[in-house]
Order: sequence, then structure tokens, then C-alpha cells
Amino acid sequence: MMRADRIFGVVMMIVALGYILSAMTIQTSFLSDPVGPRVFPYMVAGVVMISCLVMILRPDPEVHWPVGGMLLQMILALAVLLGYAMLIQPLGFIIPTVIAAGILSWQINPRPVPAALSGLGLGIGLFVLFKFILGLGLQGLPRALMG
Amino acid sequence: MDIFANLAMGFGIALTPYTLMLALIGCFVGTIIGALPGLGPSNGVALLIPISFSMGLSAIPALVLLTSVYYGAMYGGRISSILLNIPGDEPAMMTTLDGYPMAKQGFASDALVISGVASFVGAFLATIGLMFLSPMLAQVAFKFGPAEYFALYMLAFCTLGGIGSNNQAKAALAAAIGLGISMIGLDKTTGMPRFTFGEMHLMDGVDFLVAIVGLFAVAEVFHFIETHGKDSAIGVKLGKITVNWAKLWSTRYAMLRGSGIGFVAGILPGAGASLGSFLAYMTEKSSAKDKSTFGKGNPNGVAAPEAGNNAAAGGALIPMLTLGVPGSGTTAVLLALLLTLNITPGPLLFTERPEVVWSLIASLLIANFMLLILNVPMVKVFVKILQVPSWVLLPGVTMIAFVGIYSLTGSSFDMMLMVAFGVMGWLFRKLDIPTVPVILGILLGNAMEDNMRRAMVLSDGDWTYLFSSPIAIGLWIAAVVGFVAPMFLRGVLKKPPQPSTDIGIPD
Repeated sequence: MMRADRIFGVVMMIVALGYILSAMTIQTSFLSDPVGPRVFPYMVAGVVMISCLVMILRPDPEVHWPVGGMLLQMILALAVLLGYAMLIQPLGFIIPTVIAAGILSWQINPRPVPAALSGLGLGIGLFVLFKFILGLGLQGLPRALMG
Repeated sequence: MDIFANLAMGFGIALTPYTLMLALIGCFVGTIIGALPGLGPSNGVALLIPISFSMGLSAIPALVLLTSVYYGAMYGGRISSILLNIPGDEPAMMTTLDGYPMAKQGFASDALVISGVASFVGAFLATIGLMFLSPMLAQVAFKFGPAEYFALYMLAFCTLGGIGSNNQAKAALAAAIGLGISMIGLDKTTGMPRFTFGEMHLMDGVDFLVAIVGLFAVAEVFHFIETHGKDSAIGVKLGKITVNWAKLWSTRYAMLRGSGIGFVAGILPGAGASLGSFLAYMTEKSSAKDKSTFGKGNPNGVAAPEAGNNAAAGGALIPMLTLGVPGSGTTAVLLALLLTLNITPGPLLFTERPEVVWSLIASLLIANFMLLILNVPMVKVFVKILQVPSWVLLPGVTMIAFVGIYSLTGSSFDMMLMVAFGVMGWLFRKLDIPTVPVILGILLGNAMEDNMRRAMVLSDGDWTYLFSSPIAIGLWIAAVVGFVAPMFLRGVLKKPPQPSTDIGIPD
């Protein structure tokens, strides 16, 4: 049976091989020390490969993975966080925070009104806290609106 | 003695109103962070580093603030252990064993008072120990050359992987992944880029704060959504806080023993507070005449692990300050704090910047008294805060994580990287791969490589130089033992099961 440990071990094994290949292309300057910039990465990749081999040969018992609706929920959360990371700069702090916090809140407790309220509260409350109490340089609203 | 002269200087800095205020805020915030399940000392401090850095706090105030948070979180962890049977953070796990049964029997107030005082005793004694031991260890650390440091880093990884995880291969993999990530960026010696793939953002390497906040805080979001969060409603009613002096006095030896054991466990690299409280509890249980009362609400079973984990928190600062090698996840985060503030821990810190060390120690002593007051007479305030529903708390924590990284780096790339580390943290948790070695690897990778290369320069490429001095050989032996011994001890050191929650809880 394919266990998650085995799959992960194989994936990391390939990553380690790629890491070694990439390390081989590191340029050394003429001023280098006896070891140079490649040896330590080789050692690290070696440890990864040995550990992966152990994981492939002796995997731990299989864990329970999210399926169906739960998987969709997790993907939604990931999309929200990535979208938030992209939008906070152009749209300012408040609007993306209200939306992202509202969706995350709804995911934990699927009642729309409290979720919307906690999104609004967090968006505005955290902005006040960070901007005016802690003095961080945050942009509140989209740059275009602020002129 | 110059320890007292130094301490007086430290108090001179720490007793200013501004520093006192920061310590008080830190203690308060820290206790909240500790009390909230899912937020512990490591992710709490990790969240606050970028924010306090962006606020422009200078080194000493920032250090005072965040170490107060660290101590506070250690105190606060017990509150939800006792009232909810959910450890507020990992080191508070052992406190649930007797704390929750005590609370169910109607002694919640006693359990909170005893554990609060035990936290104080443990933390206070450990801070005193820190004061006397760290200058001595700093003297020893002067003898360390690159070979010894390389061996010391190996020791930290080996013991952390050996003791702190269930599977040595996974711990080694985690450490190697961290080390591998730390290699990204410009090589210090030659100035050549490594593993950047032409991406400009990666030239400076992966910011360890991005990794820490991602692995510790953002990963929690995914975990929380998947498990749908445990309900954080208080299961046990808490009456008026009264002090039962007789019961408190009866636990004095448990507190002292717990402090001693915790302190030693804290100093050992890789052990940290969780092991401290575990060993303190197990010792108390095995030395008791009547073992059957443990796990059923024995006050000694609350006092010992709390004294143990707080003493370990203090003890863990010693290797971090004198050698620059953190022993646990939380001290790894504190090391990240020092590096962010441009303070290089190590023996030189004690001679070149004594004001940093001694004002830190003085404010830890002060913070302990503040925490005693916050956590015993005023504990009800924190019980109220525990009632914040998770659907407000969790989005809030997530947004704070983003704000911290955003105001620190100002780049979307770093926030995306943080989310990627969050996914990685969630996946690793699923696969039972520890994330603390990853952090440690990212933090120490460059120093470790640097020491190895310097050792090779000194010996002109002779690898046996790494094993040439008695100190280095001792460290290597300790590293091997620390990695291998837990495989055999695992059967002996089994954790006792947590008390079951589903009995006697009103809906």
C-alpha cells in the first residue's frame, strides 16, 4: 500500500537530487576556502536522502487525510491567504482584511452574520490598533481613493 | 562580587517607568497568549517580533517586552490546562493530568493558585540560576573554536531530534530541510548566489521570521480549519479565587524539586520546557508514597510540572545567551529576536554588551513578580479572555501574522512565502515531522557552515580537525548519545494518557 510517508520520501528524494544538481552549478570564486560553497549543501542533501530512504523503507502508520468537502475548505483557506498576500498592497489594509477575516471566520463557524461582523470588527479594529496605537506605517484604503 | 554590581546596573536600566511599562504589557500579553489554546510561547513571540521591530523599539526595550511575553506565556499555559483540559501550550500538557481533575472536583481556584505560585518559584529560581551560571558558562565558551561550535550545533540538532520527536529519521530530515533552506542566498565567503534561480527576492536568503511565522502561526490556521477547532467554552465553573495556604504549603517540596529538574532539563540543548515539566511530573509521581492519587487531582501533580516548565524556560536561556545555541522551539524564536536586533549571542555578549544581559536578567526578575500578581489574584481576567470565540480569535491571529511580515518586509513575495511555510507546517504536522528542527536549521545553517569552513581553513582541509580537541570529542559523543539513546528509552518514558474530557461537563 502507498503510504503518505513513502510518497513524501520519494518526493523529497527527488528534491534532494535537484538540490545536488543545483549545488553543482554554484560558482566558486578564486578566493575560495578549502571547502568551498558546495560541500555543505552536498552534506545536507545526503542527510535528506538517508532520512528519506528510512521513511520509504519504514513508514509510520497512515494518517487521516482531508477528503471531499474538507479538502475544498482547506483549498479555499489557502486561496484566501494567497489572495490576501497579493491584494494588501494595492487595496490597502482594511478591505482585504474584512474579506479574508470574514471568510476564515465563516469557515470555522458557518453562520454568516457573526462571520461578517467579526470580519468587519477585525478589519477596522486591527487597523486602528496597528496604525494609531502601535504606529506601524499601514495604508488603510486603496491608494487610488486616498489620492 | 561583580555579579551584584552588574545586577545593580541592570536594575538601573530596568527600573525606568518606560521599561517597567513594557514589561507589564509583555507579561499581560504573554499570559493571554499562553492561555489561548493554539497560541503558545513560540508562535506568540514569533508573531510579535516583526511587529515590535516595525514599531522601531531599540534593542533593550524590545528584548524586555518579548522575554516578558515568553515568561508570561509559560505562566498562562496552565490556565486552559486546568479549566479546559486543553493545554494552552505544549509544556503545559502535564498540568492537565492533575489540574483538570482538581478543577472538576471543585478545586479550580486551588489548582490555579498552586500552579501560579509554582510557576513563580520555578521561574524565579531559574532566573537566579541564570544569573550565576551564565557568566561561568560564558567563560567556558571562550575556549570554543570553530570545530567545537560545529560539534555544538550537531549536538543541538541531535538531541532536539532524538528527544523531541517520535521518529529520528523524520527529525533528521526536518533539520536537513532547514539547513538546506538556509543555504539559499549569497554565500558569505565567496559572494556567489546559491539556489536563488535568478529570483531577486531570494538573494538575501529566506528571512527566518517569514519561516517562523509561517510554520508556527499560519500552519495553525490550516490545522484549525481541518479539525474545526475545539470548542473553547469553559467547561469548569470557577468560583472566587481564594488561597488555601495549608494546601499551598504542602506542595513546597514538589515545587522545589520540580524547579531543580526543570532547570537542568532547560539547560540541556534540545530538551526545553516540555521535557522539564514531563520529568518533574514523573519524578514527583515515582517518589510519592501514594502513587494512585496522581492523575486524580493531586496538588503535587500540578505544582511539580508547572515549576518544572517555568524553571526550564529560564534554564533554556543559558545556552541561548552564552553559546548562541537554542535548545527548544521557543528559545529558537528568541534567538531569531536577538539576531533581528543585531545582537549576537555568545560569550562576547557578556563582555561587550553587559548592559543587554543584565538589564534582561533584571527585567526577568521584575517580570516574575508582575506575573505572580497577574496570575494569582487577577487570574479571572484571563479566564474571561479565554471565552473569546475561536471564529474571532483565529482570523485575528492570521491577520496579525500578515501585518507583522508585511510591515517588516513590505513585499507580497514574502507573504506568499509565509503562506507556503504555513502549508509546509500543516503537512509536516500531518506526517508527524517536527517543525522546530526546520526553524533551528534555518537559524543556525549559515553559522554552522561558516564554522565548518573556518575549521577547514585552520586545519588546511584536514577533516579530523573537527574531532581534535577534548571539548569537541565530548560534544560529539553527547550528540550521538542524544540521538540514539531515546530510541531505547522511548518504551520507558511513555507519556501518561490525558484525563478524558467527556465526563461531567455540562453542555
